[in-house]
Amino acid sequence: MSMYNYGFLDENTKRELRRKTLKAVAIPGYQVPFGSREMPVARGWGTGGLQVTLSLIGLGDVLKVIDQGSDDSVNACNLRDLISETSEVDTTTDTLEATVIQTRHRIPEEKMTDEQILVFQVPTPEILRTVEPSEQESRRMHAERDYSRLWVHLYEDIVEWKEIRISYDYPVLVNGHYICDPSPIPRFDVPKLHQAETLFLFGAGREKRIYAIPPHTDVIPLQFEDYPFNVESYESGCEKCGSTHTYLEESFDSNTGERYLYCSDTSYCGKQQLKGQHQPVEIGVGWNG
Amino acid sequence: MDNRVSIRNVSKIYGKGCDSCIELTGPEHGRNRCPKCGTIVACADIGFDVYPGEVLGIVGESGSGKSTLVKTLYFDEAPTTGEFYLQDFEEGLSNVYGLSSLQKRYIRNHLMGMVYQNPHLGLRLDYSAGGNIAEKLLMADWNHVGDIRERAKELLTKTEIPIERMDDKPKYFSGGMQQRVQISKALANNPPLLLLDEVTTGLDVSVQASVLDLIRQIGRELGISMIVVSHDFSVIRMLTNRTIVMKNGRIVEQGLTDQIMEDPQHAYTQLLINSLI
Repeated sequence: MSMYNYGFLDENTKRELRRKTLKAVAIPGYQVPFGSREMPVARGWGTGGLQVTLSLIGLGDVLKVIDQGSDDSVNACNLRDLISETSEVDTTTDTLEATVIQTRHRIPEEKMTDEQILVFQVPTPEILRTVEPSEQESRRMHAERDYSRLWVHLYEDIVEWKEIRISYDYPVLVNGHYICDPSPIPRFDVPKLHQAETLFLFGAGREKRIYAIPPHTDVIPLQFEDYPFNVESYESGCEKCGSTHTYLEESFDSNTGERYLYCSDTSYCGKQQLKGQHQPVEIGVGWNG
Repeated sequence: MDNRVSIRNVSKIYGKGCDSCIELTGPEHGRNRCPKCGTIVACADIGFDVYPGEVLGIVGESGSGKSTLVKTLYFDEAPTTGEFYLQDFEEGLSNVYGLSSLQKRYIRNHLMGMVYQNPHLGLRLDYSAGGNIAEKLLMADWNHVGDIRERAKELLTKTEIPIERMDDKPKYFSGGMQQRVQISKALANNPPLLLLDEVTTGLDVSVQASVLDLIRQIGRELGISMIVVSHDFSVIRMLTNRTIVMKNGRIVEQGLTDQIMEDPQHAYTQLLINSLI
């Protein structure tokens, strides 16, 4: 692909992205503005994650791209093709083999290491947007840790519904200061962010923000003493591989109307199926060890 | 120091200001706009003390600077000059105007309560009444929903709001009820100082009376110091021990409320008293 610069972006843009990423790592949870470029993908389709990935990928890296846990969705395939063709890296669907994983709204089931980086695509980075429409005011609130309105929002949920109803974009307190949006990952994935070994980078292309959760950082979901945070649970396991410890998605048979649950992480599910057939396969440990 | 609040030399100026702004404005000139540079001197040279359990009244016509003064006390507006000492914050030795915004927010949430004339300034009308009180408690790091609801019930009972309405939104409440929710919210963290800005303006007379009764009762039971701002002398007479009279951004007279009502010294105070219907 000699018509393009290595990694699609020009060097100055990459330099800016790296500088902003370093700043984001230095201030965990703080949203660093950056000059989001026009990409060959529409804004809102992962351009933030794409730019972060392109700025840090290099020869020798192995790339995996997932969309809601799946390596096979159109969006994941196209982003993978674009990145691998312009940066000449190998691709994989195996979480254990990848060095850089770009993800839309999931964290893989297998625990990631300090040799790997997870890049999130973020549609709306500002967690305070639901309670405060003004950007200026939101920034003041972040600076002063004035999060009472977010808390009242949770309180009102409990009063009305007897529980906190937020199922994704669950607010988390990072390193005891900033409350940030872990991107629309399910609640199931939120505890994986706490004291992890992996660097988590978040890119929001449309909103022009980069933020980060560095390794070994406290990430605490907002909760009340008498209404603790909890994750999704299921009455049965995955229909294909039988796993009962993974995040499952619902699917309906269009003829019979029957309801099935499947692993959302397709690569992990495939490995579990191979294991079930007694074939040799290497499966990583879960995030809980 | 046995006074709970000390205010020294507070002024608030809107505009670029010049050397003669303070000289050329004030009651003796009958204006608060500097004729030289057009700057508005909302208030200047304000100083007073409030003692524990005391209720101080600030009275004056529209534009006399009383609301601006109270806004600077609640940090809604930063004063141009001045010092503000609070007995409950570092023994009253630090000028709280000099603190960081984080520390000011701490004082606002823990040591003060404010009741605005218009409930929509003090309340979030589309959160529940309980949620509004919870906000103030959450600011002070309460983290137990059950405890928060208990405290909210206690406060709403004290301000005579039916507990059944606790989870309703104040936008469906009457003006008097909204005002009582605002008072509950202001009292949530047992602040030593309560600021009341024209709390009964716009309410009908019987509701005014019940809100005033409530405030009097709170002052008596909880020993809270209060600063009551009003243009209405009957409110001042009913609530306050001591009164400050303001005109064109300056204090023109201060003293015991009874004394000021019976024997006003300044011509402007005499005018105000004589204008009472």
